[in-house]
Amino acid sequence: MKKLVVALTGTALLVAAAVTYTVSARHGTADAEPAAALTLAPGQLLFRDTATGRVGAVPLGEPTAKPQLSGLKCDRFAVAGPMAVCLAVRPGTLPAITDVLVLDDHLAVRHTETLPGTPSRARVSPDGKRVHWTLFVTGDSYAQTGFSTRAGLYEVDTGRLVKTIEELPVFVDGKRYFAADVNYWGITFAPDGNRFYATLGSKGRTYLVEADYGRFRGRTLRENVECPSLSPDGKRVAFKKKAGDGVWRLSVLDLASMRETELAEPRSVDDQALWQDDRTILYGLDNGVWAVPADGSGTPRKLVGGAASPAVTG
Amino acid sequence: MYIAASRTSDLAAGTDREPALKRVSANVVALGLVSLVTDVSSEMVTAVLPLYLVLGLGLNPLQFGLLDGLYAGATAVVRVLGGHLADRWRRLKAVAGFGYGLSAVCKLGLVAAGSSVAAIGAVLAADRTGKGLRTGPRDALISLSSEPETLGRSFGVHRAMDTVGAFLGPLVAMAVLALSLGSYPSVFFTSFCIAAVAVLLLALFVRDRPGSADRAAVSLRAAAGLLKQQDFRRVTLWAALLGLVTVGDSFVYLALQRRWEIAATYFPLLPLGTAGVYLLLAVPLGRLADRVGRWPVFLGGHVALCLALVLLCGPVHAALPVIALGLHGVFYAATDGVLMAAAGPLVPAGLRATGLAVVQTGQAAARMLSSVLFGLAWTLWDLRPAVLVAAACLAVVALAAAFAKPVRP
Repeated sequence: MKKLVVALTGTALLVAAAVTYTVSARHGTADAEPAAALTLAPGQLLFRDTATGRVGAVPLGEPTAKPQLSGLKCDRFAVAGPMAVCLAVRPGTLPAITDVLVLDDHLAVRHTETLPGTPSRARVSPDGKRVHWTLFVTGDSYAQTGFSTRAGLYEVDTGRLVKTIEELPVFVDGKRYFAADVNYWGITFAPDGNRFYATLGSKGRTYLVEADYGRFRGRTLRENVECPSLSPDGKRVAFKKKAGDGVWRLSVLDLASMRETELAEPRSVDDQALWQDDRTILYGLDNGVWAVPADGSGTPRKLVGGAASPAVTG
Repeated sequence: MYIAASRTSDLAAGTDREPALKRVSANVVALGLVSLVTDVSSEMVTAVLPLYLVLGLGLNPLQFGLLDGLYAGATAVVRVLGGHLADRWRRLKAVAGFGYGLSAVCKLGLVAAGSSVAAIGAVLAADRTGKGLRTGPRDALISLSSEPETLGRSFGVHRAMDTVGAFLGPLVAMAVLALSLGSYPSVFFTSFCIAAVAVLLLALFVRDRPGSADRAAVSLRAAAGLLKQQDFRRVTLWAALLGLVTVGDSFVYLALQRRWEIAATYFPLLPLGTAGVYLLLAVPLGRLADRVGRWPVFLGGHVALCLALVLLCGPVHAALPVIALGLHGVFYAATDGVLMAAAGPLVPAGLRATGLAVVQTGQAAARMLSSVLFGLAWTLWDLRPAVLVAAACLAVVALAAAFAKPVRP
């Protein structure tokens, strides 16, 4: 009898502690700072504020200014022209479900797609006609807790959704490639809105794929190039190059000469790089947004702390 | 000591229709309750961990895979150690309690580790160490708290309660995430509180079994000598051999998903199907094992898995995945606890924890190897040939095991 009382009291206390902690975490996340009405006016650096998950903005010329935080919560965020995309995982969904929000220039939601997976990459094509993303999906691979990636896109003007581009016919050294374990990630579109690049992973190798959206076919250009990001002039691709297990270096590939230039960031970067302009590359690293020159010179410089997923309006 | 002796007594008691719970020792029910609560705690972490690491901390899947390997590897090594120490000190409850306690504290460690990947890796390894340490002594306690003739039922009751916890864990995690607006530390803290409840229950309601074996008999040499004993060696060996030709769960679910094109959103429901059948059949099959012999039921479980594999290669008919999942559940219900019930009586009481840990470790190591081999076969030959070859190997080994009859009769 005494034991029962001890057990019940102890259990009640522990459950009360858990509920208190959980409910107070709720107040911690729904913080006090009022939401600013952000727009996609030119000259801003937008990012994900990692403390709150909200989209923040600073002037591109003065990144140390106090950021303005919008009410929008995103795990990945990207911008091109008057269009933005926000990937937000739904809290409390297991397995994770992600909302892909297509946003206008006042960050108002124009369209929502709901897809399985957790956010990895997001981009808007330079012509503003498509948004594209990569999601991690658990349980697709045969390793018990393996992840696979699913890259998809949404045509803003026609409303067509391509949940995954893994059906893309692709040619390796001129021969059609078939494999059960094809994964794509990190799509980037050229200014013409038709040519695009992505990473193809299969059988332990990764390839840079160049593809034609209209004809819907692609070919591999090079191995060991991940998360490509096309420069505004469409001539170079910034990417992460595998240097070891879980270690990547940022490099830039000139598409005409196929020459690679390693950038001046010595640390491992696991992000899809972003071209601020034709000279500067931005990326998220160590809970901050960094910039490094695109020609391999200079040194990396931290723009904003407590931030990830940079986006630039221009 | 041998199971055959129990048959007549069980038949004599055959008219008795009391519910299983009442006829199982209170200690087994207490241990089942501890396992139930602990499984709620650990499964809620397992459910959110991939999300937390990849989304919250930005780990890439490869790093996650490395962490996860560490996680799995830690258990095998310490399992035998936990069993041996428990036997040597004759403190089964204390060693099991230490394992439960260590895993509980590790949940707080996850909160404290913050975003340091190295710290998270260390915490996860410690968590698994706790799990490894407690398994042997816990199963020994179950086995020593039961009459030899009702061991199957005791393990069945324990495993059924354990599975209830595994069901509830992800639900609790979802509720916490929804209530805290997506706060992972809240999940870990809640998980700690629940694990602490389990430790409290263990401390209050589980009775130790000091046993009468003299201390000298529990030396390292005596533990190693277990494998010299023919019956025990054969059970360990055959369990490991069967483990080697057992297709891992994730492969079964993947094969189902591939062939029936089950949407990724529903994929996590597949293990629930297996667990549901396991939950329902753990006690009945445990009782059946007590009546007709544990080894036949254990082998019957493998036959069920073999049938499930063959069904996976059959025509794409809507009913087949349901039957296959059901058979997969039968496989678990007929093998997991039943093997412990079969091996228990072969080990002297003073070495029970060590002995059971040795059998489990052999089986677990063989299954790990089997996963690697099957993954390779899948990659080289494609899904269907790989599954069919695996089913054929399983059938051959199960048949051989039926003739070998390592557990008399």
